[in-house]
Amino acid sequence: MATPAAAIVKAGPMAELPPPLQRLSIAAWMRENLFSGWRSTLVTLLLGGILLIVVPPAIQWALIDAVWYAADSSACRAAAGACWAVIPEKHRVMFFGLYPYEEHWRPALALLLYIAGLAISGWSRTWRMSILLPLWTALPAAVLTLMLGGVFGMPYVDTSQWGGLPLTMVIFTGTIVLGMPVAMLLALGRRARMPVIRVLSVFMIEFVRGVPLVTILFTAAVIFPLFLPPGFDTDKMVRIVVGMAIFFGCYQAEVIRGGLQAIPKGQYEAADSLGLGYWGKTRKIVLPQALRIVIPGLMNHIISAFKNSTLVIIVGLFDFLNATGAAVSDPEWINYYTEAYLFVALVYFLGAYALSRYSHHLERRLSLGRQY
Amino acid sequence: MPQAAARGDASPVVAFLESQTFRAIVYQFFTAGTVAFLLWYVSTNAADNLVRQGIATGFSFLQQEAGYDVGEKWIEHSARDSYAQTILVGLLNTLYVSVLGVILATLLGTLLGIARVSRNWLSAKLSAAYVEVFRNTPLLLQIIFWYALLRQLPPPRQALDLLPGVFLTNRGLIHPTIVSDPIHLWILGGLILGVALSVLLVRRSRLRREKTGKALPVFWPSAATITGLPLLIWIAWGMPFTLDVPALRGFNFTGGTYQSPELVALVTGLVTYISAFIAEIVRSGIESVGHGQREAARSLGLREGHILRLVVLPQALRVIVPPLTGQYLNLVKDSSLAVYIGYPDLVSVSNTAVNQTGQAVEIIFLMMLVYLTISLSISLLMNWYNRAIALRG
Repeated sequence: MATPAAAIVKAGPMAELPPPLQRLSIAAWMRENLFSGWRSTLVTLLLGGILLIVVPPAIQWALIDAVWYAADSSACRAAAGACWAVIPEKHRVMFFGLYPYEEHWRPALALLLYIAGLAISGWSRTWRMSILLPLWTALPAAVLTLMLGGVFGMPYVDTSQWGGLPLTMVIFTGTIVLGMPVAMLLALGRRARMPVIRVLSVFMIEFVRGVPLVTILFTAAVIFPLFLPPGFDTDKMVRIVVGMAIFFGCYQAEVIRGGLQAIPKGQYEAADSLGLGYWGKTRKIVLPQALRIVIPGLMNHIISAFKNSTLVIIVGLFDFLNATGAAVSDPEWINYYTEAYLFVALVYFLGAYALSRYSHHLERRLSLGRQY
Repeated sequence: MPQAAARGDASPVVAFLESQTFRAIVYQFFTAGTVAFLLWYVSTNAADNLVRQGIATGFSFLQQEAGYDVGEKWIEHSARDSYAQTILVGLLNTLYVSVLGVILATLLGTLLGIARVSRNWLSAKLSAAYVEVFRNTPLLLQIIFWYALLRQLPPPRQALDLLPGVFLTNRGLIHPTIVSDPIHLWILGGLILGVALSVLLVRRSRLRREKTGKALPVFWPSAATITGLPLLIWIAWGMPFTLDVPALRGFNFTGGTYQSPELVALVTGLVTYISAFIAEIVRSGIESVGHGQREAARSLGLREGHILRLVVLPQALRVIVPPLTGQYLNLVKDSSLAVYIGYPDLVSVSNTAVNQTGQAVEIIFLMMLVYLTISLSISLLMNWYNRAIALRG
């Protein structure tokens, strides 16, 4: 018995193999990832060829031949590259739109405060009521006081004169702040046991989700004033923000509903057995869990709301995009709108990209306690 | 437990008043009452305001002469036609942009999604960069950018020659068209017959496989019938083929077909934007099919083509189709941004009607109704398709 086994089974340990390569050599990496077969090689060559044709002239245009600063557009006309000088030249109109020129420091300060406030409240160490509550009362108050004026010796500036990036900020924030409660109520309403409330919620959500945002904005801008008694005037910007908030709320309601459905029944029953009422149960047990599950979906729609804030230009508000369009309609600089729009695109990209990165971070952080 | 004791002592009327059923009824009456009151309040106000401003109400304006022309149209239309006819022209333009956009965005998005998961590093990275850039900038900004860029192109005399016969100028995109011939209808008939025959063949093949375990050859015979029948008709008719190629005459092109800068900018914007989202959906669909599925299929001895067609795609599609429906709906609704650059879509044409008649309530209501109908139809169609590919059980 022992003899045949000995012929098959090794008596001593085998020679050690070298450890697997941690890092491939450049040539091996390229063979693996760029030229692994004839099809891959063909794709690499094709894409590489396109990049070689497109990228060097683009760099030449955007960086090497570009004019970064010029007192007037003659320097740009002489140059072969991009005319980034249009941005320092027109930055006041682009950033602040129709806001009175001497008062530009006010929206600028408001914008800085807002960004600082956003940065502080994005940091998880500040997530305490003792910090967030004062911050989120003082911040909007300060921003609105600065923008509106009429007190502390600052002249009053009507919302019809607001413009540029601060207006985009006000619209975006207003949409989220007003829209989230709408979304939660609609989501709860759609799951309510009371048929009247359920039917009304379903009707509202499905109607708004079935029509384009443009039609909602037309309704807010043109039709809504007809619904009020004569002499009762509402602010156009506020109406538009409310319209955007309802649109946002109806999409977000469906996301939240997904979260509500994912909560196990035991959670509801446990809350019931503790003697919590409907609102206690919803506020303390159900919503915190439901919202945490759907963070990616919530953030998707928040990013959409950020991008959708540009649609207000269709009903004539001068947000960042519209103000830029107005800035480059100056005949002297009209040929350099490409540069101006690329800059605007960069600003929106940075905003949206930052939001999506933050969403990933939040998702990871909040799921830490559940990863075992 | 004093509370329970107190409740136990209460009369049945008090118990009923404290019950959940009663409260639910009160809440619902209150909600319904508030909604009804608001509706009544805004409609009486609106009626008052309209009378005061001297604006007509009702839908009789639809029969009146619109008095404005629409730049691009699929049916005969002039400024003498009614508002109803004019709005229909706008609706057809919306549908045209939507169909064109859905087809192109699906093709580009699928390509990008596959490139994103490919093992080729360069194509994966380029696709990822595309998705991030186009997904994170506002669609309206993209459309305005393309439109401004197109308007800045050289005039026809210095047109950019993209492909032979395809030119890009400040008046839009011009491309050759095939001169229509009565034979085209027959060729189309041949194509439909070919598709029908191959569907029959697939059915036969499946029945035969279920009975005997051996399938009939399907791919090559159907490919042959689908391309062969129209080709045969075309050859039998003496191969008529005239291409209307644009040529520069004086200051403009003659021949070919112009696509306006508005249309090109709108479709380009919609396609580049939506395809970025479709790419992500396709990627997640492909990644949702586990490695084990491919390995199991391989160990059964299936060929790569069969693995893709019989194992990976059916499972990936189940993940892809529902969110894809959402993107199609978004594309249709986003096509309303045409109003900003002046492409005569439904919103744009209706907006002019609002400005002329002042009947904003009726026209915007009509617009919403049309979009709701389109959205609902797409949802129903895609739900039907989704059921067809879903797991049966």
